[in-house]
Amino acid sequence: MKAIAARRHHRLAPVALLLLALLVTGGLYAALAPSAASASAPSEDDIAAGRALFQANCATCHGPSAEGREGAPSLIGVGAAAVDFQVSTGRMPMQMDGVQAQAKPPQFDAEETSQLAAYVASLGAGPAIPSAEQVDPALGDAANGGALFRTNCAMCHGAIGKGGALSEGKYAPNLGPSTPTQIYEAMQTGPQSMPVFNDANLTPEEKRDIIAFLGEQDAGSPGGTDLGAIGPVGEGIWVWVVGMGLLVACAVWIGAKSS
Amino acid sequence: MSNEQSSTDLTVSGAGTSPAAFQDPGMPPHQERMADKDPAAAKRAERQTVVLFAVSVLGTIGMLVAYFLFPSGDTVESMRTSNLLLGLGLFLSMFGIGAAAVHWAKTLMSDHEQAEARHPQKSDPETREAALAALEAGAKDSGIGRRGLLKGAVVSAVALAPLTFAVPLVGQVGGDWNVSNFRHTLWERGRRLVRDPSGDPIRAADVTIGSAYHVIPDGLREGEHASHWIEEKAKAVVLMVRMDPRDLTEAEDRRDWSYEGIVAYSKICTHVGCPVALYERQTHHLLCPCHQSTFDMADGAKVVFGPAKRPLPQLPITVDDEGYLVAQSDFTEPIGPSYWERLK
Amino acid sequence: MSTRATTGQRAASGTADYLDQRTGIGTAVKGFARKIFPDHWSFLLGEIALYSFIVLILTGVFLTMFFVPSMTLVVYEGPFAAMNGVEMSEAFASTLDLSFEVTGGLLMRQIHHWAALLFMAAIVTHMMRVFFTGAFRKPREINWVVGFVLMILGLAAGFTGYSLPDDVLSGNGLRITDGVVKSIPVVGSYMSYFIFGGEFPGEHIIPRLFTMHILLIPGLILALIGLHLFLVVLHKHTHFPGPGRTQRNVVGFPLFPVYVAKAGGFFFIVFGVLALMAGTMTINPVWNYGPYDPSPVAAGAQPDWYMLFLEGGLRLMPGATEFVIAGYTLSLNVLIPAVVIPGLLFTALAAYPFIEAFATGDKREHHLLDRPRNAPVRTATGVAILTAFFILLLAGANDLIATHFAMSLNDITYIFRVLFFVAPVVAFWATKRLCLGLQRKDRELVLHGHETGRIVRFANGEYIEVHKPLDEYERWIRVQHEARRPLEILPAHDERGVRRKGYHRDALRARVSRFFYEDRVEPVTPAELAAAHSHGEHDALEGHPSSGGVPAEIASGPSVDARDR
Repeated sequence: MKAIAARRHHRLAPVALLLLALLVTGGLYAALAPSAASASAPSEDDIAAGRALFQANCATCHGPSAEGREGAPSLIGVGAAAVDFQVSTGRMPMQMDGVQAQAKPPQFDAEETSQLAAYVASLGAGPAIPSAEQVDPALGDAANGGALFRTNCAMCHGAIGKGGALSEGKYAPNLGPSTPTQIYEAMQTGPQSMPVFNDANLTPEEKRDIIAFLGEQDAGSPGGTDLGAIGPVGEGIWVWVVGMGLLVACAVWIGAKSS
Repeated sequence: MSNEQSSTDLTVSGAGTSPAAFQDPGMPPHQERMADKDPAAAKRAERQTVVLFAVSVLGTIGMLVAYFLFPSGDTVESMRTSNLLLGLGLFLSMFGIGAAAVHWAKTLMSDHEQAEARHPQKSDPETREAALAALEAGAKDSGIGRRGLLKGAVVSAVALAPLTFAVPLVGQVGGDWNVSNFRHTLWERGRRLVRDPSGDPIRAADVTIGSAYHVIPDGLREGEHASHWIEEKAKAVVLMVRMDPRDLTEAEDRRDWSYEGIVAYSKICTHVGCPVALYERQTHHLLCPCHQSTFDMADGAKVVFGPAKRPLPQLPITVDDEGYLVAQSDFTEPIGPSYWERLK
Repeated sequence: MSTRATTGQRAASGTADYLDQRTGIGTAVKGFARKIFPDHWSFLLGEIALYSFIVLILTGVFLTMFFVPSMTLVVYEGPFAAMNGVEMSEAFASTLDLSFEVTGGLLMRQIHHWAALLFMAAIVTHMMRVFFTGAFRKPREINWVVGFVLMILGLAAGFTGYSLPDDVLSGNGLRITDGVVKSIPVVGSYMSYFIFGGEFPGEHIIPRLFTMHILLIPGLILALIGLHLFLVVLHKHTHFPGPGRTQRNVVGFPLFPVYVAKAGGFFFIVFGVLALMAGTMTINPVWNYGPYDPSPVAAGAQPDWYMLFLEGGLRLMPGATEFVIAGYTLSLNVLIPAVVIPGLLFTALAAYPFIEAFATGDKREHHLLDRPRNAPVRTATGVAILTAFFILLLAGANDLIATHFAMSLNDITYIFRVLFFVAPVVAFWATKRLCLGLQRKDRELVLHGHETGRIVRFANGEYIEVHKPLDEYERWIRVQHEARRPLEILPAHDERGVRRKGYHRDALRARVSRFFYEDRVEPVTPAELAAAHSHGEHDALEGHPSSGGVPAEIASGPSVDARDR
């Protein structure tokens, strides 16, 4: 106690206290705040509201009872996770036909999204939206996540998830803007070209490890700007533009006559 | 102007007129620089040079300070800061010297162009004669021309001697030189398919439709091959997917190689050996990220695009008593890129 | 004053005397101190390569102090969280250690890698300069070949170094190398065993590459740089054409002090720029790629830029070209892009000085450079080769083009397959036309002078623009080159009707020569210039006859406004 009392006068004490306070507040909030999706079982009202939204915005393609049509899959049994992923990333409702649905600003707010998810989940059992704890990067092992990411994900999404090309104009998107929940849902449900990674393939803990690994990438690169992290091609462009550019400019200066 | 130009486009060769060519006017007169004419400008240039050298000294000091005050540390942030400060210090330290030296040379050292004469590369006739004579005298002295046996002996001895070096090297540099290893992998009847890298066995029921599993053989790092498991892994990696059995087109003789829509193919590209792993669930196409060969997993992994010629080799699979996926046998052909004696 | 001077002077003269008595260094100093080097920015491109190499050696020595070239597996424990507890080779672990635990190690590693990329970029640019200015002509053919070998060694140095950290990206590069080697007929499998000491990847490849990378290849590069520079000194540097510059002299500044300061200073500038790049821009973040394992691969799997053309070739080649002949597999789908095309491209490059010498039949020494426009077919050939190279480079990045420009990977591949054949032809034609056009522009300038924008109206209503004639220095640059003409050969039969020996060789030579020199624009002769003036050209305003044969001409556009001045 004495030791603490002595350190209270340390000049960094206010900073430490402030950090502690922030951490406690944040932690309490995270623990107590009602999670948009998983707080409780959806009410009948939510399902009804979701059905109304579905009829107005989705039924044209997916059919009035979500049974699917030519070019649009049945949504019976896809689960709340699939709906939450597709709608919260703005992929659904789809803006235009193309090789794949593009991410864009979401059309529905969090409440509407959860209502839609509740409605679709009520049609047939499917993967649920993960809880906050399931997607908390702080609880994951980034190193193990990295190993799993390299084996299962990097071939499409690139070494640290910056995205990559697939065939015929399709692509694996950059994971940078994705939230942990969306990453979890994508693994769980396998949107579009992406394969499904069910809980037998990647356990919930392993999924969280992957989320932790991707979270580590927010710290950036130890070596300076990451040049888009697109690999040796980017580095090649920069060595020509910056390296040769600067040095040829210097060479011209050296070769030019002084005035 | 246009008619004038057309006549100057192409001069007929050997037109006969061939007037003398223009004469080289010689070096243009020297242009005085500011620092040549104005002592104040010279003084200014000198001061600028000194400042640039001083920048270098500051850069060196800055780098040393950064080295002691900002070590690499334990966080990405501290590593980046350390790298940035050291880099900037080194940049100033070096660039300052360079810029100062160049500025000095450009402004203060003489800029009178000078000419130095060139001489033909070849030596003059007397030297050539003398050189030739020296060689002839040497050759005559050695008697290499007359003594044929000696010549043969020299050539054979010198030609054979390198074998003392080459044979031991070539004998062992390729390990055991047993290239037939390419043909076999760890897969054998009853060996379980397990997840890469955890080694957990896979129940067929857990492979839901649309799943893609990266698979290695069970017991990869155990037993006699434990010391060279990485070579075995390099040959044995498999990508296993499940699709609706109705989507699957199977050859007559391979109908029992899959299990309820689960198919397993070698992950090593038949082009030059990259791991092919970009599985597009909807089209069942498998794309190689290295050279973009595309294989149709629903149709015997046939090539649908790109530089590969052959389909990926298929691993025949089934389930054991406990419901885990196992191999029926090894691959029935060598995996990976083509090589000359592949089919022999 | 005198005492101060003598202390320094005595020390210097004492050292000089000591050395001279033992080595006769006085002769060398006398010869070299005031040796003349011509000044031009493009002559510094080779120096960028040289200085990058010195930086590579300096930083390379630093790195070898901490790098462990071993494939023994260890478990990483260190400050980089995303790798903690991961199993990896000692090579990879020591790369992480020297990046994160050695303060300044990351900077050195990044300088080393940037310098490697810059080394190759500078070599290629320097080679382009030498090619396009014809600096490879007699007596410098041998030095061209030396430089060519240096380029190949640079590729080898880059490739071996790139693979050393034993990461997933370079490991897959090695695996591709293994696949390419295996495709070589008859001996492919054995060559693969030769390289890897058994099956891929084995445990020998990293130590072997290390020895190549830090001993054999740099040793060879150093020796050949010595030879390269020795030949430069022996031949004396070429210089660009200009007044006072001839085949028999070299015009420029003395080595000491001007070149010592400029070239020496440039070393520090190169080092400084590399430090700036390494301090601010990440290169080869192996901690992202992870330790090598035969299973993973990451999108964006590409080699460093100088190997990208091979990658591009492999991507473009259709797979249908693999054949089985009498039970043996011939993988032309791999051999052609990875072995045959680079082989042809490089052979053509190495042999070019000899091909051109054959076409011209020119046995003279050349110390004056060509302006690229004055050698249209050579310039066009160079641009065509570069275009093919560039298409392959782009093809090697086709997945990045696909994602960044929202295109289909497959479409890009189809387009590049066509472009690889079409673009070099178009580039050749366009460049040749451009060169001929520039030569015509030169003629135009010499004959008629600069446009001044001053329009004058004569009493008879005719408008002309006043032209300012070139001064003799300006003119000389545009008229000094010799016109090269196709070789003419003796007839196939001599006057007695006997078939002449060597006629076929001559005929081939004449064909090559025609390809090179058939289309040409010859430099203005004094007679032509005189004729242009006597025609009553616009540059001689005073002497202009009021009713000359020259059609009246209105200057276009902006020149009309100039009349108001």
